[in-house]
Amino acid sequence: MDATTNAAVRLSIRRPDGWLTRLFDNKAFLVALCLLPTAGLLLIFLTYPLGLGLWLSMTDATIGQAGHFIGLQNFVSLSQDPIFWMSVTNTIMYTVVATIGKFLLGLWLAMLLNNRIPFRAFIRAIVLLPWIVPTVLSAIAWWWIYDPQFSIISYLLVNVLHLRSTYIDFLGTPWNARGSLVVANIWRGIPFVAITLLAGLQTISPTLYEAALLDGASGWQRFRHITVPLLMPILSVALTLSVLFTFSDFQLVYAITRGGPFNTTHLMATLAFQRAIPGSQLGEGAAIAVAMIPFLIVATLLCFFGVGRRKWQQGAGND
Amino acid sequence: MTDTITDTAEIADTSKTRPRTRAVPDEPERLSWDSHARRVVTLYIPLALFVIVLLFPFYWMTITALKPNYEMYDYAKFSPLWVHSPTLANIDKLLFHTNYPRWLLVTMSVAVASTFLSVAASVLAAYAIERLRFKGAQHVGLAIYLAYLVPPTILFIPLATMIFQFGLFNNPISLVLTYPTFLVPFCTWLLIGYFKSIPYELEECALIDGASRLQILRRITLPLAVPGLISAGIFAFTLSWNEFIYALAFIQSTDRKTVPVAILTELVTGDVYQWGSLMAGSLLGSVPVALIYSFFVEYYVSSLTGAVKE
Repeated sequence: MDATTNAAVRLSIRRPDGWLTRLFDNKAFLVALCLLPTAGLLLIFLTYPLGLGLWLSMTDATIGQAGHFIGLQNFVSLSQDPIFWMSVTNTIMYTVVATIGKFLLGLWLAMLLNNRIPFRAFIRAIVLLPWIVPTVLSAIAWWWIYDPQFSIISYLLVNVLHLRSTYIDFLGTPWNARGSLVVANIWRGIPFVAITLLAGLQTISPTLYEAALLDGASGWQRFRHITVPLLMPILSVALTLSVLFTFSDFQLVYAITRGGPFNTTHLMATLAFQRAIPGSQLGEGAAIAVAMIPFLIVATLLCFFGVGRRKWQQGAGND
Repeated sequence: MTDTITDTAEIADTSKTRPRTRAVPDEPERLSWDSHARRVVTLYIPLALFVIVLLFPFYWMTITALKPNYEMYDYAKFSPLWVHSPTLANIDKLLFHTNYPRWLLVTMSVAVASTFLSVAASVLAAYAIERLRFKGAQHVGLAIYLAYLVPPTILFIPLATMIFQFGLFNNPISLVLTYPTFLVPFCTWLLIGYFKSIPYELEECALIDGASRLQILRRITLPLAVPGLISAGIFAFTLSWNEFIYALAFIQSTDRKTVPVAILTELVTGDVYQWGSLMAGSLLGSVPVALIYSFFVEYYVSSLTGAVKE
């Protein structure tokens, strides 16, 4: 009792009851003040560029020239551009295959880590490394792993395991290059999926499995009817983020193939960059970037509502 | 004498049995009556494979960086999986014959500055959204969540023209200003979660005692949210250290590039790649984040999972 009154007295003494203090106790003012930096940053550097991008996609702007309004001409010429369409199919394939790979392997790893094993915290920590290290830097390591002459994978297959007689040309042919990129992307994505799903797995009460076991459920039935439904909320959020970032991926492809061989591995993002900055066709690049938006929206909605209809049922309780 | 022997025997015995009996109640996998052999095949072997595959590129990066050139390209004489005569020549070349220290400095200052800017802005925003309970707070929160979903790859072209108009092209300040576009939404999201976990009653008590809103934020909420602040800070630092596309698009001159961009554009020259120095550069560029990570693993894990749960 004494302590609180003392504190109150101290606070009220320290507080000069000027207009400034009263202003800071005004909630509306305080809300505005607190939101100002974030709102300012995001409006100037996020909302405005989104609109500006839409506008640029309808101009023939180049680097150093503002450009004129040309309507949908950029989109029309892109629709007749085989490289653009290849980048679209590449992006979709890349996203679908890499996401499936990441989630299957990530879920498997999460379930392995959910067991009682020695050094679990340590293993969990080192497993997250591929996700921590800058993508470009690990991509360079993959580039070296995919080297046509000195690839360590080829070396192991040819000289150690004797499974093949020739070295693999990982990045030299279109399909090899696409496959190699997907593998590198899966490698980088597994930790994120595994660690988030592990957090989800740890919230599932063991008593559920116990009850299912007493009822004679098989391992698959326990997975299908307990693990999967209870993992759905966190799975849907992780899936949405993962699909979004895989679809808009840039670094890995730019570092490993730069769209080659012969523009066959371009993603929409790398093609946009290629056309806009080195090619200096800002308008066309912006049009490619804008063309990504509908795909991103559809992908987000699909993941969010298709998979995670019951998202908040579980999620709200455990934060 | 015999007493002590039976004693130790008993102790050994209980220590053997105790974990087994104690482990039963909270262990789901025990219930499937796994045999030891089955556990090895279904658990330890796959786990070991995962760890090997996930870590191999780093191992490969490290040993390549330490190899002399004659060893690196001669698989017949030297097994590539090991370093036979390690050398620091690649690292030495990188540190003393390129702009590498300069790139590290630029990356470090950009990352630190944008982290401070973003965390400061996010704390205020998260506090306003979660604690001041104004009308429409939910909508503002949703808008910030949506901002997180906008990928940098669709923003960099218009941003490049803006940066050019502001006269910030080729200036690292442009990076400090644009990195918050993906840092602020993430940090705000994270901090909202942390503020949620601090009991509102504490603030009410302070209000009753006559503290002003700012005093509450400074003396009660912020000290309690320190773990959240650390999480947001290290995360923002890692994300800005890793950022690539803005740095690639906005910076032109050699001595102002960030590490990831510089390695890819400055060290990759001509048709013959200097794999030794490329790997050394990648290794050294990963060390700062890996170091921070090793100190704050738990914060990373909790913020990663916390942010997904929110």
